Amino acid sequence: MATVDDVATGGPPEHRPRRNLTGYWLILPGALWLLLFFVIPFYSLLAASLFDPDGSVLTGYDVTFHVQNFGNAFWDYKEQIGRSLLYAALATATCLVLGYVLAYAIAFKAGRWKNLMLVLVIAPFFTSFLLRTLSWKLILADDGWVVDVAQAIHLTDALQLVNLADGDRLLATPFAVIAGLTYNFLPFMVLPLYASLEKVDVRLIEAAGDLYASPARGFLKVTLPLSMPGVVAGTLLTFIPATGDYVNDQLLGNTNTRMVGASIQSLFTKENDYATAGALSVILMVIIVAAVMVYVRKAGTEELV
Amino acid sequence: MSTVRTARRWLGDHLVLGLGILVLVYTFVPIAVVVLMSFNDSSKSRNVYKFQKFTLDHWLHPGGWADGMGDSVILSLEIAAAATLVATVLGTLAAFALVRHRFAGRSAANVIIFLPMASPEIVMGSSLLSLFVASGFGGQLGFWTILIAHVMFCLSFVIVTVKARLSGLNDNLEQAAMDLYATEAQTFWRVTLPLVLPGIVGAALLSFSLSFDDFIITNLNAGQSVTFPMFVYGANQRGVPMEVNVIGTAMFVISILVVLGNELNRRRQEKALTL
Repeated sequence: MATVDDVATGGPPEHRPRRNLTGYWLILPGALWLLLFFVIPFYSLLAASLFDPDGSVLTGYDVTFHVQNFGNAFWDYKEQIGRSLLYAALATATCLVLGYVLAYAIAFKAGRWKNLMLVLVIAPFFTSFLLRTLSWKLILADDGWVVDVAQAIHLTDALQLVNLADGDRLLATPFAVIAGLTYNFLPFMVLPLYASLEKVDVRLIEAAGDLYASPARGFLKVTLPLSMPGVVAGTLLTFIPATGDYVNDQLLGNTNTRMVGASIQSLFTKENDYATAGALSVILMVIIVAAVMVYVRKAGTEELV
Repeated sequence: MSTVRTARRWLGDHLVLGLGILVLVYTFVPIAVVVLMSFNDSSKSRNVYKFQKFTLDHWLHPGGWADGMGDSVILSLEIAAAATLVATVLGTLAAFALVRHRFAGRSAANVIIFLPMASPEIVMGSSLLSLFVASGFGGQLGFWTILIAHVMFCLSFVIVTVKARLSGLNDNLEQAAMDLYATEAQTFWRVTLPLVLPGIVGAALLSFSLSFDDFIITNLNAGQSVTFPMFVYGANQRGVPMEVNVIGTAMFVISILVVLGNELNRRRQEKALTL
């Protein structure tokens, strides 16, 4: 006795979801929590972004539809916004390359070590994210051997050419910030990539080989297109949090690597300028949503949620 | 010719696997540094973040820890425990609703649950701060506001994790229990819940680490309270005390043990079911 819903969702026929009020009661507390503390706060943020900037936390703010806040915030912080997008994009691209290799190895080459490798992918989350980022400070330090090697193979010179480092250093350069972002968000790239690579039917890849496609061609024409949902999900899960992050730039960068998250944080908590902070936060969200929409349309997948 | 081909294939197979393992090794380098530094005696010069001399002091004498660190660890543990409890209960209920029941607004609920995982923390944190300030709680930021924030971002992860476990389950065993005259409540407590439990434990563990580790949202909504990540961040400006690495190492070891235990339990259960 399959219901219309089962047919529509393609759900397992042996399991028939019940349609009664219990569902509402079960989801109510969680939904209410998200409504109160996730959805409604966006309204508060929008209201804050329209505050009259002359107010203060003590005297209170008037929502005066001060639309100029947006123009001012964007103009004053355009460098930080641009830098955040650039660093996040570079980190996402690096994550995609590293993450694809790892996810591919786990999905197709790991054999019986598959589960162990998957656990190892998430294991770094078990130590503090801040401590791991601080570790990079030590690894990239000026008197460490990593810098010596980088100098010996002229990596520092190359980085200087593309403006990602200055002098012979690695620490306190844009390179260090991007490396930190790459490191911290890599698992968010690997897991969705693995999930979609694992679903790829190996017989299709073999068929490509049987039809005289070279391994490279088989990969480009079969494996890669089939893993696109994972690529899209992974890049989004990496790019979005990386854009808003400021821990990496504060611990590994210098004053010229400041990202927009740091500006929002300090406007809110140090300078108490809620109007500008709110506007900047809204601008960041709008840019991210726009970028995501363009990207998802180009990449042509709609199976995200 | 065939030997050339097998050699090339062997290289192809193992090259990718080798590169994958290298990427994994890279993700563990900073953790090795954390463990190493937890044995570092840096009493001579605090501002140099560098290995100087081996010592067990940080592990054996918690009394010598830097001022405020113990308190920040306790606050983080309290918040993580409370947030895990609330988020796991509410999230599990919601996951049951989404998998086992059909109701209007179900797909809207799915979207709202997905969004917190895809929003930048700085935006969620500043929105929540705006709400607290606008509703007059701007002066009372602390334990409760941090807790509210943590439950908010843990909920989505709990729901997704429990949902995955629940929808992977077929209901043969539950049907069998009902056929054997178990009441609905008996079936739930003695069949359904034990089967879903590994998913719930996994979700709770995830919540605990997310909450214990959160910095960006917490920093905006903490007021004068200092959680462990906030302590580490603050310490970075003054010179990092090596004791923080003891907490990092202990967290890592405990989490690995809990994950292994949960995994073994799940395997034993699956083995018992297939017999």
